[in-house]
Amino acid sequence: MKENKKQYWKGVEQLTNHPEFVKYASKEFPQELPYDKGILNENEGGSSRRDFLKLMGFSVAAASLAACEAPVRKAIPYLNKPEEINPGIPNYYASTYTNGGNYCSIVVKTREGRPIKIEPNKLSNVSGKGTSAQVEASVLSLYDKARLSAPLINNSQVDWSELDAQVKTKLESIASGGGQIRIVGKTILSPSTKAVIQEFANRYPGTELVMYDPVSSYGIVKANEDSFGKAVIPTYHFAKAKTVVSFGADFMGTWINPNKFSRDFIKNRKLDGGKKEMSRLYQFESNLSLTGANADYRTPLKPSAEGLAVASLYNLLAGKAGQSEINVEKTEVAYLSKAADDLWESKGNSLVVSGSNDPNVQIIINAINGLLQNIGSTIDLKTPVYFRQGNDEKMEQFVSDLSSGKIQGVIFLNSNPVYDHYLGADIQKALADVNLKVSICERKDETASEVDYVAPDHHYLESWNDANPVEGEYSLCQPTISPLFNTRQAQETLLAWAGKPGVEFYEYVKDYWKDNIFTTQRKQLDFQTFFDRSLHDGVYSVEARAITMEFIVFGGDLNAAASNIASAYKAKSNGVELVLYETVALGDGSQANNPWLQETPDPITKACWDNYLTISQAMANELGVEVIEGNTYQANLTAGGKTVSLPLIVQPGQARETVGLAVGYGRTKAGRVANNLGINAFPFISEINGLSSLNVISGVAVTLTGAMTKVAHTQTHHTFMNREFVVQEAALDTYKNHPEHVFHRPKIAVSDFLEEKLGGEDEKKDGKLQPREISLWKGHDYNNHHWTMAVDLNSCIGCSSCSVACMAENNVPVVGKQEVLNRREMTWIRIDRYYSSEKSATTNAEMEVAAENPEVTFQPMMCQHCNNAPCETVCPVAATTHSTEGLNQMTYNRCIGTRYCANNCPYKVRRFNWFKYHDNKQFADNSSMNNDLGKMVLNPDVTVRSRGVMEKCTFCVQRIQYGKLEAKKKGRRVIDGEVTTACANACPTDAIVFGDIRDPESRVAKLLKVKDKGDRQEIHEHRAYNVLEEINVKPNVWYLAKIRNKEENA
Amino acid sequence: MEVVSSVRTPLVTGAKTVGDVTQDICVRVEAKPPKTWFMAIAVSLALLAVGTYTLFFTLWDGIGVWGLNKTIGWAWDITNFVWWVGIGHAGTLISAILLLFRQKWRMSINRAAEAMTIFAVICAAFFPLVHMGRLWLGFYWVLPLPNTFGSLWVNFNSPLLWDVFAITTYFTVSLVFWYIGLIPDFATIRDRAKNKVSAAIYGALSFGWTGAAKDWSRYESVSLILAGLATPLVLSVHTIVSFDFATSVIPGWHTTIFPPYFVAGAVFSGFAMVLTLMLITRKVYKLEDYITIQHIEYMNIIIIVTGSIVGIAYLTELFMAWYSGVPAEQYAFLNRATGPYWWAYWTMMTCNVISPQLFWIKKIRTSLWATFILSIVVNIGMWFERFVIIVTSLHRDFLPSSWAMFYPTFFDVGDYLFTFGFFFTAFFLFAKFFPVINMAEVKSIIKSTSSSDKAIK
Repeated sequence: MKENKKQYWKGVEQLTNHPEFVKYASKEFPQELPYDKGILNENEGGSSRRDFLKLMGFSVAAASLAACEAPVRKAIPYLNKPEEINPGIPNYYASTYTNGGNYCSIVVKTREGRPIKIEPNKLSNVSGKGTSAQVEASVLSLYDKARLSAPLINNSQVDWSELDAQVKTKLESIASGGGQIRIVGKTILSPSTKAVIQEFANRYPGTELVMYDPVSSYGIVKANEDSFGKAVIPTYHFAKAKTVVSFGADFMGTWINPNKFSRDFIKNRKLDGGKKEMSRLYQFESNLSLTGANADYRTPLKPSAEGLAVASLYNLLAGKAGQSEINVEKTEVAYLSKAADDLWESKGNSLVVSGSNDPNVQIIINAINGLLQNIGSTIDLKTPVYFRQGNDEKMEQFVSDLSSGKIQGVIFLNSNPVYDHYLGADIQKALADVNLKVSICERKDETASEVDYVAPDHHYLESWNDANPVEGEYSLCQPTISPLFNTRQAQETLLAWAGKPGVEFYEYVKDYWKDNIFTTQRKQLDFQTFFDRSLHDGVYSVEARAITMEFIVFGGDLNAAASNIASAYKAKSNGVELVLYETVALGDGSQANNPWLQETPDPITKACWDNYLTISQAMANELGVEVIEGNTYQANLTAGGKTVSLPLIVQPGQARETVGLAVGYGRTKAGRVANNLGINAFPFISEINGLSSLNVISGVAVTLTGAMTKVAHTQTHHTFMNREFVVQEAALDTYKNHPEHVFHRPKIAVSDFLEEKLGGEDEKKDGKLQPREISLWKGHDYNNHHWTMAVDLNSCIGCSSCSVACMAENNVPVVGKQEVLNRREMTWIRIDRYYSSEKSATTNAEMEVAAENPEVTFQPMMCQHCNNAPCETVCPVAATTHSTEGLNQMTYNRCIGTRYCANNCPYKVRRFNWFKYHDNKQFADNSSMNNDLGKMVLNPDVTVRSRGVMEKCTFCVQRIQYGKLEAKKKGRRVIDGEVTTACANACPTDAIVFGDIRDPESRVAKLLKVKDKGDRQEIHEHRAYNVLEEINVKPNVWYLAKIRNKEENA
Repeated sequence: MEVVSSVRTPLVTGAKTVGDVTQDICVRVEAKPPKTWFMAIAVSLALLAVGTYTLFFTLWDGIGVWGLNKTIGWAWDITNFVWWVGIGHAGTLISAILLLFRQKWRMSINRAAEAMTIFAVICAAFFPLVHMGRLWLGFYWVLPLPNTFGSLWVNFNSPLLWDVFAITTYFTVSLVFWYIGLIPDFATIRDRAKNKVSAAIYGALSFGWTGAAKDWSRYESVSLILAGLATPLVLSVHTIVSFDFATSVIPGWHTTIFPPYFVAGAVFSGFAMVLTLMLITRKVYKLEDYITIQHIEYMNIIIIVTGSIVGIAYLTELFMAWYSGVPAEQYAFLNRATGPYWWAYWTMMTCNVISPQLFWIKKIRTSLWATFILSIVVNIGMWFERFVIIVTSLHRDFLPSSWAMFYPTFFDVGDYLFTFGFFFTAFFLFAKFFPVINMAEVKSIIKSTSSSDKAIK
């Protein structure tokens, strides 16, 4: 083929041999390709070797991911998405927690239609602005597998129609024969429910409602009837009291309305903004209660002397008032005359209360308050509270009627008297011969097991309801999930039997409100608006409520009471006395099958999963008992002719010759978590002056069985070893006089050069610097938020609601008794409880022993989010790092579980997943992670941690993130209060304050008196300190030192 | 030509010739092992079996089967780790430092000591691996490997990461050093092999060694270079292990004395372990002429010296705690001596400080039984030293609310036994299949120091 000699030019440039063309003639591409630029300079875009690796890695990962089919299990999409439910966005509904007479106005957080968290309703005037451990945990009880799933007749599941038919037939035959029917319930706060019962009673004449409280306050009602002619429990205004004296009333823990009482009491204890005045609390009691632990002066007192101590106080005050004394045996009680002096000084602004159920004691208490002109001031009889409506006399009458066969039908309405009434055994025996036995309840408990017909009730989170806890205060309860089981609301059940089948209780409540509550206001003209408003707020206060109070004159029979006291109490008695109490976590035991509550340690003993006998150090010495690391002795307790065997715990502060025992344990038919934990103490309830009493003052004996046993404690070392770097406190007078000098401020000796270089301008030149001024680290820059927490030790009462709130919010696993014994509980926030040692203690060995009647400090302890975090430097894989907002973050996915971080944490707040706690039969008690029902409570915003990783408090980073996103949507910064942690929100006393320290308007910045220095914030509050300041880890949690209102050398 | 002082006692006794050395050592590899050997390996395998059982459950259920808790995150795991690493040190010290110092008495013990190092380091490395909550990820996440997890990288601030580097380097160098030393001896065994299998295996192992002058020259150079590389490792490995504690904030851990104190302790425990093993091997294999009383005495002297350093370190710690004026620090040391773990502290003190001082007495230091018992006592003491440092510091640190006790479980003990099982099994297999004494090197000292040589003169 002829060679083609034709030449084609690439362009005019080639033809003309343009220099630009010649330059690139030898190159394949005239322009430089971008690919190798990246290698030279990564910032100029293009792809680099690193990008290539990334891309390759991604493709490999993507390819392998695509190869695995993601299992889809039980995911049912909405056919039509409900308008108000957006996946990933929580909805909040105001509602009301009621459990017998225990009440809390709440806000329920739901996610995708599941209630997952209880928050306090800050609009409530009744329940404080916080929650309690029991309220927080109640959401898990909703998902309890032990709940009844269908109506039962003689233990076999039936249809509602069949149950209704049989019960109605029996009811009618009893009513037509003139028989007696009793509805037995715990305190009922709901006015609508009472109306339903009234309708029922109208339909079946011979029906009577009998209410009881497992721990009764009926003595107060009787005394008030005698003293003032009003059979009520009044409103106590702790917020107005400068001096409070309490005889065994645990008003911060379990007495009547503890949440509100604590909040009010703590109002007068806060020293914010340079306040220098505090109220003073005297506590006279046998067991060390939560209130006793927070008292300024506490005197251990045998219950047999309680009445005389109250009478002595009366006599002391009568002397001051110039009135005649009452004639009782004289008794010496420490601090009693001091209390009298203080009371007299704050006359009209003081408060004396007693937890006794003996009306005679309460009459004297009334007389004392009368002398002090407190009636109408701190005690408001015109605004009675309805938390305890139980009537001991009626209940005893019921039991005797039942035993003698006078009652043909009995309906237990959400009550379990076979377990939680002291005559439970009699009721159980008598029930055998009753014609109609019905229980309307949520589980087949001890009472429901004794009846023929069981009508399962909704959980309160599935129910409509209302409540009238205090005169003039109403609240509504609304369902936040449709019923999980084939249950029916108790009220609808009663209505169905009363001949109104198919009536919705919602309509009933609405009608009741329209007729009775709508009329008490004039603001809203339209009922629907009024009802919607009330439902939205959750609470409604009657507008026209008389705020004015009246001074009511004490008109009781003082001498009769005095003579009854003289005969029933003794100043000196020999022999052991038993004092029963409710624990903060378990209360009367109705929620015992809730693992969150079982694992919450008692704030005082720090023991959980069991009840035990608390004995004094003196008795321990007598018996030769020593409790080391939870290893203890088993003992036989004999009281009231009954003997049980249970472990001993040595309890500092326990009055000599007394022993304490908690009720609420010893359930046998509550569910797998609670069954057979501890013993039931309700049968030990005795009688004093005709009413039930938690004290057994004679015939009590404690003997060792010789066996050893173990009690699970979360804290086994009880004193703070006088370590000022841990707990700082001062007496009020000292603080008043030298607020800047009383606290421990570590300083480090340095050279003059360093002092010159690093010291603050206005600092004294003394050759010493504060630890935080010296650091090898440059520190972190916080350009946006800097999250900080302040914990006021003066406000923390130790109630543990923060701890349970945290468990619910952060999916913290429950590990069970054995693992708590192994010291592996997982709580992210714990409340350290420290006893003081005897003042004379100097050596370590002496300081390890708590004083016989110690001062108590509660210190909530969670991750301190150190700015120089020791955990962050030691992690080999950088699984724990610092955020730009001051958080110490834990990346579970990256953690390999060397536990080095936990070892190096000076606060020991890191928790390791020793086992797989979810989907593991060994941890079935951890019900929120081990069955499909329980798992519904999990917070979807928080990962369930796998075995082998470390976890800890995150400052509720998911809430911070949510708050920031919400603010971003509105185009602004987060406003203080929009973001808060679960613990801070739950706290009834506002002891925990969370916020952004760089926001000068935030509560936390104001509380700590922050001065903004641009790149850093200086704290100027004298009480503020960091735990372990000297090791310079610079925590983001500040503690405000505890101030006790007592004399320096008392 | 070496000139040897006539006042020095010979290092090899029994009028051994070069041929005797080959015969004495090789016969152990070639002949059927004695009954005692079978008994020993049976016991080791039994330990290994128990250990495998507990190890299985440790991995299956999680390390919750151990006695650790929220306060005490490390106990037997890291105690055993530090203990085993320490034991390894003697081998490296003998082969590297003594080589550089031209201490010829090391020649008949270095082979076994190095083998012990290798096995001890494997046992040591076992614990940091198993103690991880998520071993299946952790074993490679601690290595700085390029990855696709985003920008994830290891944390170079963490002493645990330094440990990873220190231990892997140490293991690699020790293994190479040991193996290079074995090559001429493998060649000897190859040349004597009577069956094809062993000829092939030892032939492969000896890397074609011909015994030429060039081979020997390179062998000597490599040994010297590796000795030079290994020498700093003797100091650095335990220094870095001690950083795990020294760089923390926990009272009782946070002290600058740890690096020298740990190194001395490591050599101390290492020599004790060498003695324990040597005395048994010497007896079983009848190597009295090669490992003489003089060797034992020298090692005992090192034990006195290092034991005394350790003792001074203990006292210095106590003094510093008092002198610092830091209450938590003072409490930590007072608690060690008088708290709930006082018995561990005083076991440590007795075993490590008091018992080695007995070696000042010549009669004790040259007694086989006394040496054997004290070598075990020292290693018990050194185990307790690590236990005391780790557990008693953690169990009562700053906040009394978290104070707790550690109680070991069956699985703590079992996993420790696993390493014993492995260690002794490996050592006995080594003693059977590898020449336990470095023949090539020992032959080099027969002429100048053996008694036969003198006798001829």
